Amino acid sequence: MAENVKPRVKVPKSASAGEVITIKSLISHPMESGQRKGPDGNLVPRSIINRFTVELNGKNVIDMQLEPAISTNPYIEFDAKVDEAGEFKFTWYDDDGSVYEETAEIEIS
Amino acid sequence: MTMIERARKRRMHRNLVAGAVAATLSWTVAPGAIADPVDEPTIEVNGGEFSLPTRVEPADHVKDALPEVMSGWLFRDADTRAMQLDDFENQGMIFADSGAEAWDTVEGTEGKSCASCHNDIESMKGVRASMPKMNEAGDDLWSMENFINDCRVNRMGAEEWAWNSQPMKNMTAAISVQSRGLPMDVAIDGPAQSWWEKGKEMYYTRFGQLEMSCANCHEDNYGNMIRADHLSQGQINGFPVYRLKDSNVVSIHQRFVGCVRDTRAETFKAGSEEFRALELYLASRGEGLPIEGVSVRH
Repeated sequence: MAENVKPRVKVPKSASAGEVITIKSLISHPMESGQRKGPDGNLVPRSIINRFTVELNGKNVIDMQLEPAISTNPYIEFDAKVDEAGEFKFTWYDDDGSVYEETAEIEIS
Repeated sequence: MTMIERARKRRMHRNLVAGAVAATLSWTVAPGAIADPVDEPTIEVNGGEFSLPTRVEPADHVKDALPEVMSGWLFRDADTRAMQLDDFENQGMIFADSGAEAWDTVEGTEGKSCASCHNDIESMKGVRASMPKMNEAGDDLWSMENFINDCRVNRMGAEEWAWNSQPMKNMTAAISVQSRGLPMDVAIDGPAQSWWEKGKEMYYTRFGQLEMSCANCHEDNYGNMIRADHLSQGQINGFPVYRLKDSNVVSIHQRFVGCVRDTRAETFKAGSEEFRALELYLASRGEGLPIEGVSVRH
């Protein structure tokens, strides 16, 4: 189990209907590639976030597969077109089976 | 191959090498302009929430050494500089957040957290700007790490944190962020003066097989390139920094160890008297520069 994993997201509080907004996400995670050797000479087992998804009111916005070459504390920024108010749900899937979740509300102004 | 042919070949080789060296020199000297620090008067963090001046007038005690006191931010790449402009993109803030959580966590035999005595972590505003300083007894110069461990051991009944351990660096980051924007202002008179003198002597003393002092790089050559690296004035107002190379926060003394090691010297230990004295002297060289909280460097 990766320690001190903490998800953070940044979503504008409101947008006009049909507006394209920028969403930023960051999660603290060691993203151990599984290729490095520890002080004892043995391989450090792989431990990464392997999938990241975002939904708006249950509808998929982005679904991303992450690979070991992605560095520590993955920062993901993307644009999304917003047609309705509601809740963004962010989900990170860890190799060890842990799932980290975060949500953010958005209003239509 | 006759001896004459061999000699001619050697001579040709020598000429080739000399030509290559000359070419390299002219290449490094010519585009000097790209090595200049950028010309930004302030670091605008979070769209103007903090406006941190990047250049200040030197204090009286450094007037002879530096015409202008400059933030290390000016010497970094555009991408690295940009990361510090938004707390969300500044990954150092992850560590500061963990430190702030530890602030409220009860530990040790006394059943206390930092917050039990000091209330909200915002009460630490100004602390970073005056570090290092003499302890209450007045017999030792303490860095922030010493004060934290003193609290942990004597008030909380908890175990000491190692100087460069993760929880310690998270805590110093969390405390430093509270002072963001406040000018560095350390006491260098009274009992601290002998420490300051010692730090100054260290700054100008050559160490290691390369026989380099701090001043050789950070006073005589800031703005120049040392191989692929752009030398800054070595100011410490941005510490603890988030260093991209380490994907982690780095303490002041951890950076000192790195610098002294690079001179091919046996380094002093993090937390040693020598490094605390040097920290005081460096803090005084940066007097007036704002605390940059957790800054981002490469």
